[in-house]
Amino acid sequence: MKRADWIPVGLTAAIAIAALAFMGNPSTWLTLSIAGLAMGLLIFLMASGLTLVFGLMDVMNFAHGVFIAVGAYVGASVMKYLAAPAAADSLLENLGALLCAALAAALAAALLGWFFERVIIRPVYGQHLKQILITTGGLIVAEQLIVVLWGPDLVPMQRPTTLRGAFLVGDMAIEKFRLVAVAVGLVVFVAMMLLLNRTKIGLLIRAGVENKEMVEAMGYRIRRLFVAVFVAGSALAGLGGALWGLYQESLTVHIGAQMMVLIFIVIIIGGLGSVGGCFVGALLVGLVTNYVGYLAPKVALGTNILLMVLILLWRPQGLYPVSKS
Amino acid sequence: MIGALLSGDLPRSRLLSALLLAVLAGLALAPFVFPGTKPLDVAAKACVFVLLVASYDLLLGYTGIVSFAHTMFFGIGGYGVAIALSRMETGWSAVALGAAAAVALSLTLSFVIGLFSLRVKAIFFAMITLAVASFFAILASQLSGFTGGEDGITFKVPELLRTRLVAYYLVFGTSLVLFLVLLRVVNSPFGRVLLAVRENEFRAEALGYRTVIYRTLANCFGAAVATIAGVLYALWLRYTGPNTTLDFGIMIDILLMVVIGGMGTMYGAVIGATIFVVAQNYLQEAMKAFSESMKGVPLLPDLFHPDRWLLWLGVLFVLSVYYYPHGIVGQLRAGKKA
Repeated sequence: MKRADWIPVGLTAAIAIAALAFMGNPSTWLTLSIAGLAMGLLIFLMASGLTLVFGLMDVMNFAHGVFIAVGAYVGASVMKYLAAPAAADSLLENLGALLCAALAAALAAALLGWFFERVIIRPVYGQHLKQILITTGGLIVAEQLIVVLWGPDLVPMQRPTTLRGAFLVGDMAIEKFRLVAVAVGLVVFVAMMLLLNRTKIGLLIRAGVENKEMVEAMGYRIRRLFVAVFVAGSALAGLGGALWGLYQESLTVHIGAQMMVLIFIVIIIGGLGSVGGCFVGALLVGLVTNYVGYLAPKVALGTNILLMVLILLWRPQGLYPVSKS
Repeated sequence: MIGALLSGDLPRSRLLSALLLAVLAGLALAPFVFPGTKPLDVAAKACVFVLLVASYDLLLGYTGIVSFAHTMFFGIGGYGVAIALSRMETGWSAVALGAAAAVALSLTLSFVIGLFSLRVKAIFFAMITLAVASFFAILASQLSGFTGGEDGITFKVPELLRTRLVAYYLVFGTSLVLFLVLLRVVNSPFGRVLLAVRENEFRAEALGYRTVIYRTLANCFGAAVATIAGVLYALWLRYTGPNTTLDFGIMIDILLMVVIGGMGTMYGAVIGATIFVVAQNYLQEAMKAFSESMKGVPLLPDLFHPDRWLLWLGVLFVLSVYYYPHGIVGQLRAGKKA
């Protein structure tokens, strides 16, 4: 067992503390940190499936954003349908509506992911060029179909009543919905880590990432495993999409494609194929975006690219390189 | 003579030759055969996109690398000439300076991106270029003092170019010459090495070719040509903005044109771009008529709404990657052999 590498985690913490020093105002810092954590964890939800799929099967799905968009749109429709419980002034009913929307979003994205794997990706295993082209084609078609089904206009997505607004603790404002996002993200991360590190399936997935042929030689059908991971990754992307839609409170067709850029940056920073790296990378991106957006809004645009460049100069394979044999 | 002009890479199919001749004649005589403003606009756009798509084919079809930053270089060209012409005195020196600065910037950027990310897998390069290009697009829309933001820049062109006929032939002539240069490049020993890199990188490396250098050079060359295409397009429109150059939709269009026309054939760029541009401008009207005649049937009018034409091209794109990897040109050439 390799010893865990804590340097990237320490780096994230160091950046957070350095930001506090620059700001000198703990309440602003806390607000920004929670916003950054919420954003980072949502990005992690959307990105984790993609990086795992790449690690396991060497497949890069440029249409991953479609799952995000579908999740967000399905979530918005369910929220609209459940307008009564969502508008009720009771936390329980609100959370129920949110849960329904999230589950529906994950389910829809999972189904789409299953279809995608069978029809679009299966014929082009091992051919990177074709994968990029085919999945980009899939992205075009799926985005257009979303327009056909939901119309080209901006879709508003309202947060449930009790999750709107912010808690005021002293002079700190903590948006309630961000706490929900942080909670969901942490639960998913912990569940995923337990699944990967404590179960047989997780063992097989980790083994498959390191050496596919060996796992096959032991008599396991890695293809089935891959389909399962692909579908689960799509479902998480759909869930993340629904929450992201609520986070922004409105949707356009390009929500997924826009997120893809951030997601790519995150999984490159984390090391292609590494779930832990994806987690740290997502937090890093979320925090840095929020801090820089406050401290120096003019350079905020370039921060993610700059962050990626710096990290790749430091560790060219990403924070947690995946050893491949 | 023709063989020398086409660098020995003949169309190799009678139907394809006829099509190419028709396109060439149509574009060369466009101002006389198709009078009116719109057809001339379509023809000029076709010229520019033939060049742009051909330069992309150099990357995708010949070198086997997928870049999502081609529109960025296209945009750099457009913005370079637009900024020069709107800030300096209107004249040819401003055009030359803007174009030169744009090409220099593109070369530097593509060189850095290439060295940085072409050492590793194709996928990595695709992801990095996507990130950089989207960053550049945001930058252009945010730095509104410099680039005009979302509104873009409208500018005056030199006296001579205000005659549409002269402007058209500048666009047409430059595109034609550069297309022939690209054809020359892909059929040169350099182009053969690119093909070798695409087919089997390991073997090319073993034969002593530094694949990173060849890929980076191809990337730089493609970027420079795309920049010039951007310059031409800006000069023709007398306008540069995010929607005409940097939009991700244009990147998608380029991909569609290359794949539907035929990757790795150069002539595919001509066929793909022409079909696409003509379809973009005329097919939508046909779809509108069809959509209206379908009124009352559920879903169908939405599916055939004129704005949904990208849906059908996307389907065509996916099908061509699966079944016709060499696109229309490949089909025509194969048809001749059978």
